[in-house]
Amino acid sequence: MSRLSSGGAIDRRQVINFRFNGTSYTGFKGDTLASALLANGVRVVGRSFKYHRPRGVVSCGIEETNALVQLRSDLDQPNIRATVLPLVEGLEAESINCWPSVNFDVGAINGWLAPLFPAGFYYKTFMAKPWDFYSRFIRRVAGLGQVPKVADTNSYERVHHHVDVLVIGAGPAGLSTTLAVARTGARVLLIDDQSDPGGDLLFDTAIIDQKPALEWVKESIETLAQLDNVSRLQNTIATGYYDHNLVIAVQTSPDESWIRERLWHIRAKQVVVATGAVERPMVFANNDRPGVMLCASVAGYITRFGVQPGKRCVLFTNNSRAYEYLSVLQEAGIKVVEIVDCRESVDDDSLKIAQLLNIPVVAGSHVVNVSGKKMVRSVTVRSINGDANLHTVSCDLVCHSGGWNPLVHLQSHSGAKPVYDSENVTFIPGKPIQSERSVGASNGRFLLSQCITDGLETGQKIGVELGYEFPEISFEKQTNDVNYAVEGFWAEDDNTGKAFVDYQNDVTRADLALAMRENFQSIEHIKRYTTAGMATDQGKMGNPNVIGIVAQMSGTSMTATGTTTYRPPFQPVSFGVIGGMERGALIIPARTTPITEWNISHGAAMNEAGANFRRPFYYPKSGESMQDAMNREALATRNGCAIYDATPLGKFELHGEDVPELLNRVYTNSFSDLPIGQGRFGLMLREDGRLMDDGVTFRIDDNHYLMSCGTGAAPVVLGHMERLLQTEWQDLKVYLINVSAGWANVCVCGPLAREVLSGAGMDRELLDSMKFMQIKTTKVAGFDVRVARVSYTGELSFEINVRRRDGLQLWELFMQAGKQHDITPIGSETSGVLRIEKGFVSPGIEGDNITNPYDAGLGWVIDMNKPDFIGKRSLQRDLNIGGERQHVVGLLPDDHNAKIADGSALVPVQAPTSGNPEFQGHVTAACYSPTLERTIALALLKNGKNRHGENIRISGLEGSFTATVTKPVFYDPRGEKMRA
Amino acid sequence: MLLIPCPWCGQRNEDEFMCGGESARVRPDDPASTTDAQWSDYLYNSTNHKGVVREWWWHVNGCTKWFVIDRDTVTHAIQPASEEIS
Amino acid sequence: MSHFSIFSLARNALTGHKNWEKMWRSPDPKKEYDVVIIGGGGHGLGAAYYLAKDHGITNVAVVEKGWLGGGNTGRNTMTVRSNFLREDSVPFHELSIDLYHQLSKDLNYNLMVSKRGMITFIQSSAVNRIAMQMANTMHIYGAEYRMLSLPEIKQRVPIFSPSENMRLPILGGVYQPRASMVRHDAVAWGFARGADSRGVDIIQNCEVSGIRRESGAVTGVETNRGFIKAKKVGMAVAGHGSVVANMAGLRLPIVTQPLQAWVSEPIKPVLNEIVVIRSYYGTYLMQSDKGEIVIGQGCDPYASYAQRGTFSIIEDATNAMLEVFPSFSRLKLLRHWAGMLDMPFDGSPIISKTDVDGFYVDVAGSGGFKTTPAAAKTFAHLIARNESHPLTENLGLSRFQNGRLVQEGGVSANR
Repeated sequence: MSRLSSGGAIDRRQVINFRFNGTSYTGFKGDTLASALLANGVRVVGRSFKYHRPRGVVSCGIEETNALVQLRSDLDQPNIRATVLPLVEGLEAESINCWPSVNFDVGAINGWLAPLFPAGFYYKTFMAKPWDFYSRFIRRVAGLGQVPKVADTNSYERVHHHVDVLVIGAGPAGLSTTLAVARTGARVLLIDDQSDPGGDLLFDTAIIDQKPALEWVKESIETLAQLDNVSRLQNTIATGYYDHNLVIAVQTSPDESWIRERLWHIRAKQVVVATGAVERPMVFANNDRPGVMLCASVAGYITRFGVQPGKRCVLFTNNSRAYEYLSVLQEAGIKVVEIVDCRESVDDDSLKIAQLLNIPVVAGSHVVNVSGKKMVRSVTVRSINGDANLHTVSCDLVCHSGGWNPLVHLQSHSGAKPVYDSENVTFIPGKPIQSERSVGASNGRFLLSQCITDGLETGQKIGVELGYEFPEISFEKQTNDVNYAVEGFWAEDDNTGKAFVDYQNDVTRADLALAMRENFQSIEHIKRYTTAGMATDQGKMGNPNVIGIVAQMSGTSMTATGTTTYRPPFQPVSFGVIGGMERGALIIPARTTPITEWNISHGAAMNEAGANFRRPFYYPKSGESMQDAMNREALATRNGCAIYDATPLGKFELHGEDVPELLNRVYTNSFSDLPIGQGRFGLMLREDGRLMDDGVTFRIDDNHYLMSCGTGAAPVVLGHMERLLQTEWQDLKVYLINVSAGWANVCVCGPLAREVLSGAGMDRELLDSMKFMQIKTTKVAGFDVRVARVSYTGELSFEINVRRRDGLQLWELFMQAGKQHDITPIGSETSGVLRIEKGFVSPGIEGDNITNPYDAGLGWVIDMNKPDFIGKRSLQRDLNIGGERQHVVGLLPDDHNAKIADGSALVPVQAPTSGNPEFQGHVTAACYSPTLERTIALALLKNGKNRHGENIRISGLEGSFTATVTKPVFYDPRGEKMRA
Repeated sequence: MLLIPCPWCGQRNEDEFMCGGESARVRPDDPASTTDAQWSDYLYNSTNHKGVVREWWWHVNGCTKWFVIDRDTVTHAIQPASEEIS
Repeated sequence: MSHFSIFSLARNALTGHKNWEKMWRSPDPKKEYDVVIIGGGGHGLGAAYYLAKDHGITNVAVVEKGWLGGGNTGRNTMTVRSNFLREDSVPFHELSIDLYHQLSKDLNYNLMVSKRGMITFIQSSAVNRIAMQMANTMHIYGAEYRMLSLPEIKQRVPIFSPSENMRLPILGGVYQPRASMVRHDAVAWGFARGADSRGVDIIQNCEVSGIRRESGAVTGVETNRGFIKAKKVGMAVAGHGSVVANMAGLRLPIVTQPLQAWVSEPIKPVLNEIVVIRSYYGTYLMQSDKGEIVIGQGCDPYASYAQRGTFSIIEDATNAMLEVFPSFSRLKLLRHWAGMLDMPFDGSPIISKTDVDGFYVDVAGSGGFKTTPAAAKTFAHLIARNESHPLTENLGLSRFQNGRLVQEGGVSANR
């Protein structure tokens, strides 16, 4: 056991049982999985991606790249960082990427074959056979954890929050900023990814004003808690910084027990990035052995968790700050045998500390190898310029510290470019692009005193900028930190082993060298070729080392080498919380009509009808096939009476003296002479001359019109007219009101439609007197209704519009009245059959974004004598230079029962059934017509309107049929029925 | 998620709007007098400028007002259009 | 060019991989070339490769303002397919699949072309109609595209477990067996190595600032490395088509829009096929060789050169994904980014002469990665012979004069 007898922020009274790789262990409340494993002496926690080398915990935070585990309890979850996973009772986790076990992993044979696997080896081989042959094996060994096998039953939600100032990070810099902003009165939200505020102070023994720093944290939090203008979220990590100061954050374990995670969309006037910095590794041979750990993290495990990660330690560093942790190590009983410092002249502060603790400093030297496979046994050290000081030190722990990397990621998401700070040998935030400031360690100010001052000053500035008053406040705080002095060190060592720059992806210094040798020069190329920085930590730990080594090898500066672009998210985010609550029915809420429930309860098969409406497809009776149901419904419409719910159609009211002018401009035909009470079929084109929609527009009164349009086209038509009225034709006096949702619309059609309606109480005289395309206002059973005689079925047909809430009653009234006539509800698939029989062109089907009205046989609706209408100029263009076009035709297959799929291709009769490029067109809609007792189809055929009477072959996946090309109308060509 | 300044509703999230494209694309007063080439240029081509573009937006899921803003297609910075377009 | 193979790897292993040749030279630009290609992505490098290979034109420079493959070649979802509606689209995309499947051998560079197959879910009768039209058009051109029943999908994709309360229940699917995934960076690198070895000069960090013309014909390009004379200039600059065409005084029928893509953390293989969930938002996903689930959706709906998009696209697509693969809920998003698509009015590629003699444009359209070899080969043909390749006769700019567009994309049911 490596647990110290005292110390740490763990609760030793609360023992927690957990399992790792099948073995039972115990830890304490307050542990992470990583700290508990270390406390139990577990060194090897996983295997690396490529060489399957044993790996141990390297850090104690979000930057961890080695200690990834598969969580087995509480749902399967892959790739969880053990360093930030709170230990809970019953937790069960396993190592990933190893078989059969983490201690004996067959995949480690890759380590022996490693000479064959340099960076990008796969581009150079595996070409003898198709890649699929090899990828089957390669894919199996790639990948980390396993996707859960069961559906996630947790709930998630998304909230939107607006605030003056968002502070990200509750470390010393973030807290100070918040304190200062809060005093100005500005509204501020402080978010922090850990369970407790304090940031790095939680893992540290820092002193502020002669007191432990955590007391200052506690006081600060108490102060903030008094203020109404401050809110604070713990366990909330900012994951992305987007346009216009939108920050997305994920809150884990919210107070509400029924929510697993909550996604915050936070829009702030000012964003303060106080995300701190992470320690960077040194690059040396076998720097990945379990027991090689980051220095501050070792101190963190001692301070926060009372864990002693080793007994005998060598520190390898290039900076002064690493020395600050030595006393923590010594006090925890770790014997620090030697400090290997690659700086030729070590700064006085550092030397003083070493001297005080009586630890020898080997300056100007570096660690050139680590021995031990599953745990460190010793390190080999020599001076940088030669073999002086060559010696081996036995130890079980190597603390290394290559300086600090500010977490510039969020700032980088916001569009800013990090810049190189040569003094601190790292990349710091560049010029802000959005309303944003970085403070503290994430701003390259690594000392505690700097963090506090930076925060307070920045907070004050922000408050004042936002127009608030700022009270006098002292910025002076006494802290115990020493100056930060660091030197970049990326020298070659003896190549006695692999020196890793990216642990998880197994990228070594030699890989970087190979990439450069092959003339991959850009840092982006090197990243992509070697995969450095593309692991699940996204280069938080390793990227500056990659840049340093590349700069050194190519003899350029860090600035010239530059960084790759940091992409969101800052930390991986579960898809569950990204999705939020929008599952199932909520994903795109379906629009309903007053009759939707009736339809469903009467067994209608439902289908999407456009604009997110669902409509009956057909109404199968029990035991009835789809075709049988459609036949029955179609015949009822042709011979008796039918009813359907036409509510989803678009309905717009137009008022104003210029409505006729608008209609003349948006429709191809003229509306100047439309009498009151009369409707007219209109065809609307896009400006490029393609069909947009057709519909009937009625004149209700002098300056009052009612336009109807297709369900799916309604939003398009509305947008089209709104745009024209508001942008191009602002002088037109027209008010356009969308009343689609205000009216229910029930259509009763068929030869017996009048009988049904009069039976329901409508005035028979009125029904008899109404001519085709007329509209009347009347009453039915006490309801005020608009009755329109329009037909989309080719039969006598009345659409009865009533206010929405009365729709169902009206429907049921008609069903009752129609009972004796066997009134039949029909679905959209049956409407499709009726439409095909009649050859009514559908702008969304025959329209095809290519067809113009001439192609569709709708030349009769076009008045080219009008001075202008939308699409006219393009039609003229088609006529001038459009060449041969495809036209809507009818097809009569020789086989009367041919089953023809929509979309079947048309080829010459003598053509083979496939592999033939002589493509003539395609079937747009085919059906069996129960009225004609044969299969019929509409199609788009090249030069089709001049080919009536020709034979053609319909070549579909499901068969090949010969057919005769006809006019696109199969039933009542003169329209006598619908005018009856 | 852009914040679009609707002149009626103030700053709102972009998913309430539809972008209507370059405002410089104005329908010819007399289409009949355009050549086929001019008409095709109006119909299909765009300046597609890299930088500040004056463009139409429609507050479709809001007040339904069409309006003009100046938007930088590189930085996404947005200014309400400073002067009336011709 | 040294030959790559397992033997060359073994041989170099003995010398610690210290003797590998450069993949390509880094030459200074010459004063004059027969052809200058602007844009060092897959399309531009591929065009240079085919100019040399098919047409023997080797006095060619590819000028790239940044690094090779740094544009859309390195930002896409690595998918290759030919499921399209139009007679002009299907054979062109089929050629691309054919070429991709032989390119690793031709280039002696492993592009890791894996035939995964693509399944598009059908969730409404309108989508079914479009799918059937596609299937039949493809059938005519010999491209297999067949319908799958729900049980067949479940058999093929064991992880497929749509939730029971799906807003749009899955009725079935269509399957293109030849749809493939290709390692995207390798396409640029492989073409670059192939072109370089045939004498093409590849010049990185060379930004074109002007296109010089005399009496209506191109004479060369101004760059930050001086004027480069050229008899012909080809443009293959996905994401900056309008900017470069403008230098030649041209306006194009395109809008530059962000197209986002994102990946999950790597997991062990669970998904062999490429899956398209079209009915919600046009979401598509697949698993890379590395184990990441790669996900994409349609363009952000406005012009942008920012290479980043709005997060709500990812939220929408995630919902669509979780409807079909509910267990992906605890999987994590690792990284998201955007490419810039030069989206033509009709969504189809433009491979065309222009009003400026000797200036040719290749605009990729709705996702240029999948067309890379076909576009490169036909673009090289056009540049070399000053006439369209038979497969791209209808994909020129003239279609925007006569209105005969090659319209792709779904058409919604109206009534």
